[in-house]
Amino acid sequence: MFIRLSAAVAALSLVTGAALAQGAKPTDPQIAHIAYTAGVIDIAAAKQALAKTHNKDVKTFAEDMVRDHEAVNKQALDLVKKLKVTPEDNDTSKTLSKNAAAKLAELSKLNGAAFDKAYVDNEVAYHKAVDSALETTLIPDASNAELKSLLQTGLKIFQGHEQHAEHVASMLK
Amino acid sequence: MQPRWIYFAMVAGLVSGASISALAATVQITMDKLEIAPAQVSAKVGDTVEWVNKDPFAHTATAKNGDWEVMLPPHKSGTLVLKKAGTFEYYCRFHPNMKAVLTVTP
Repeated sequence: MFIRLSAAVAALSLVTGAALAQGAKPTDPQIAHIAYTAGVIDIAAAKQALAKTHNKDVKTFAEDMVRDHEAVNKQALDLVKKLKVTPEDNDTSKTLSKNAAAKLAELSKLNGAAFDKAYVDNEVAYHKAVDSALETTLIPDASNAELKSLLQTGLKIFQGHEQHAEHVASMLK
Repeated sequence: MQPRWIYFAMVAGLVSGASISALAATVQITMDKLEIAPAQVSAKVGDTVEWVNKDPFAHTATAKNGDWEVMLPPHKSGTLVLKKAGTFEYYCRFHPNMKAVLTVTP
């Protein structure tokens, strides 16, 4: 659990570190893309869980993830449209998507209680990693006030999900 | 005549007394951008608490001790009539980082 979690945090630090090493702070169109991608990844993970799990708590949690992240991403799309900003793909988004695809493939091989535990543990680690990226990079680097404010709401949502996931994880033990 | 006046006065007194106790207050609490405001609220038994969810996300107001739970769909309100005195810590089950306290006096 701890190893998995540190690995996820390290992976994201590497990603944000790499972006900083290039001397370029992410731009607003890039930040919007990263935040949106982070939501899409969690929705895909939740949909996989809904197709595989038989556990009521895991199912309810996954449904919450789909509902909340779809709502956040709808807000994000409305905002970029209003600001006439086109989200721009970037290395951080690409790494996030690549890691997420690998995780989906890994989890697809598991079933039953093993799947439930792996999914929920990864949700805790993933939300922690995204919280940290939001706090240390994405929110401070966002220039547009409305984008910043949406990211701040996103951070609270992610932190809430992290605690919710920890609660579900404790029930699976 | 006099007893009748007294009788009317008594009835009037009873009625107004009853209407005073029925005049329970409604206390409004908002949930906006995952913040519960005010985070500390005091009310009396018989009062109604109305939570107004301004977020596009579903929330709940769930008493930590399990006494009550109010579901709050996106952009909807929910109410609870207070039946028991006490200090109730409550939170949102979907976002447990949303926490607040409701103090109910008799």
